Amino acid sequence: MLQLLDQEGQYEVPSKYSQYGEIIDQLGEADYKKFYRDMARIRRFDEEATALQRQGQLGLWVPAIGQEGAQIGSGYAVGNKDHIFPSYREHGVAITHGVELMSILKMMRGVNHGGWDPNETRFHHYAIVLASQALHAAGYAMGVKFDGLVGTGDPENDLAVITYIGDGATAEGDVSEALLFAAVNESPLMFFVQNNQWAISSNVETTTKVPLFTRGLGFGVPGIRIDGNDVLASYAATKLHMDEIRTGKGPFLIEALTYRIGAHTTSDDPSKYRQSEEVEFWKAKDPIIRFEKFLRRQGIGDDFFEQVTQDGEDLAKEIRESTFALPDPPMENIFENVYTDPHPLVDAQRQWLQDYESSLEDNE
Amino acid sequence: MSNYTELSIAKALNKGMAKAMQNNPKVITFGEDIAQLGGVFRVTEGLLAEFGEKRVFNTPIAESGIVGTAIGLAMRGYKSVVEIQFDGFVYPAFNQITSQLAKFTYRSEGSLSMPVVIRIPYGGGIGAVEHHSESPEAYFAHTAGLRVMSPSNPNDAYWMMQQAIESNDPVIFLEPKRRYWQKGAVNLDQSPLPMHSARVLLEGKQVTVIAYGPMVTTALQAAEIAKEEGISIEVVDLRSISPIDMNTVLDSVRSTNRVVVAAEAPAFVSVASELAAAISEQAFYHLEAPVLRVGSFDTPYPPAKLEESYLPDADRILDAVDRVLAY
Ligand SMILES: Cc1ncc(C[n+]2csc(CCOP(=O)(O)OP(=O)(O)O)c2C)c(N)n1
Repeated sequence: MLQLLDQEGQYEVPSKYSQYGEIIDQLGEADYKKFYRDMARIRRFDEEATALQRQGQLGLWVPAIGQEGAQIGSGYAVGNKDHIFPSYREHGVAITHGVELMSILKMMRGVNHGGWDPNETRFHHYAIVLASQALHAAGYAMGVKFDGLVGTGDPENDLAVITYIGDGATAEGDVSEALLFAAVNESPLMFFVQNNQWAISSNVETTTKVPLFTRGLGFGVPGIRIDGNDVLASYAATKLHMDEIRTGKGPFLIEALTYRIGAHTTSDDPSKYRQSEEVEFWKAKDPIIRFEKFLRRQGIGDDFFEQVTQDGEDLAKEIRESTFALPDPPMENIFENVYTDPHPLVDAQRQWLQDYESSLEDNE
Repeated sequence: MSNYTELSIAKALNKGMAKAMQNNPKVITFGEDIAQLGGVFRVTEGLLAEFGEKRVFNTPIAESGIVGTAIGLAMRGYKSVVEIQFDGFVYPAFNQITSQLAKFTYRSEGSLSMPVVIRIPYGGGIGAVEHHSESPEAYFAHTAGLRVMSPSNPNDAYWMMQQAIESNDPVIFLEPKRRYWQKGAVNLDQSPLPMHSARVLLEGKQVTVIAYGPMVTTALQAAEIAKEEGISIEVVDLRSISPIDMNTVLDSVRSTNRVVVAAEAPAFVSVASELAAAISEQAFYHLEAPVLRVGSFDTPYPPAKLEESYLPDADRILDAVDRVLAY
């Protein structure tokens, strides 16, 4: 398992992993601060969203607490032309590519189903039907290759695709098919498997008999396991292998071993299926605390951390106010964008509902 | 004296499953999160403790795998009751259900039977995110070889679950998830209606409202409101979506002469459409008005903030009732 930071925030590159260390060598203090700031920011956002759900402001919340290292690290390693096909818990990845946090909340509030334009953000929509996104990513990557945007050696030209998959979702046939399509097409596709060890109530042992980083081997997709709670390992591995993929080396799989500290969603009660000792054990491996220790070793002091905490509070306040102020979508949205071209049945029903609603108003 | 007990629909389904598993050691149940957690709606709660992990187990998250292996297990003499966690997640299993499960009996000229029950919490109205509020019944009712049913109350939930498990054919068992916590009396002794009988739940004179699953409660609400306005509605609970008990339906139609069919599913090419056509064919001279369908719109299930405008409610049923009465 690739780990660059131990639990005490001590940075050390094992000799067999020196190429990953070289990636980190190119980072500076500003990058480190950015990683920390965003991990803390998304954690605070997560807590606020959970509170908003409890107060009835969101239909559902899907916490990513504990997975910030895997998400922020890999998110920042994705290039600014690359495309990202997430699952539904990648709020951390989303902020590394400029997705508005409010658009995630809108979706969870039930204002819309998507909320952002993937053409603009290159961060595609959350996929609620597990594993469906893996095949979309595989197809997108095929198109990238067809367009000659792989392996030209020109970094201004080449791009890669990354898809995020949960441990549980790897069981779906779609993931096997995506691995195969990517392999036989030698597509520029990264499979980033966040193994947070739980799929609702099913432990990862329900899902696999072999380590998930080996799942692609039979299809011809090599892989590596990394410590997903080590933001530097996540950054280094994603960066190195995305760079390789862009040069035409074909698909790769990263298994980021992490832990879902929170509930599956706000509808879930994990006390029904797991021990609190296990949660405590993993809390001690918290990616944010670990990275704080690292930063302090680098001589970064209280001022910075206080500022980050303050920024988090400001963000929480802003999110909260914006959520309360969100208008409901107009009724017409039921009928918009069902098709791209006009459709007589939809048009007739839109008209019917308008007439019906106004007849109700007339009766009042 | 009958032995009554008050149960929610979820609990009644649970007790129905337990009863069937007690009666037949070949009945097993599996799916995602059904074992220790008891399913996300707790319908299988306690079954693991009672029947052990050989008969109650979690599977990998793979719906095609769940249904496909239930087919293989059926060939080995096991009766599987499988859970699909939400309606929107049954589609990865569509091939195994429609091309395999539904067709093996026919393909094998009767050498094989496929006693598999696929439980699906279905329908909307719970404020959920996408893919958690679908009404997929028409796909399955359209597929020969599958039986499709949906209880609307705890008593039916208890008995229909047992009948579905006893059946030698595959049954798509649609559980009205927004009514899971609705309580009612369950008669633990009395032998139930035959598996595919519809039931007149409320007698009335002027208009027959036919509904099934979650819409039955809505239809009863509509009848209640209509009563205050002096309109007498008869509510028929279909219970079985395929086959349909046309005798009960037609008896009601012949007595009221006016029909509204209400369902949550979009109306285009729906179970409601089938009823409208069958009634028109079989009771044309008894009709004083065209059969009206009340469904949701022919658009994808909308985000939660719009579902109230999307789903038919008692007012929309009554609007149709007014229209059939105006003929
Ligand atoms: C096709 C499909 N089946 C079932 C579900 C219900 N479901 C939602 S999340 C989940 C568990 C997923 O676990 P994992 O892939 O490990 O991701 P995590 O939630 O842990 O991030 C399940 C079974 C679904 N969304 N889609």
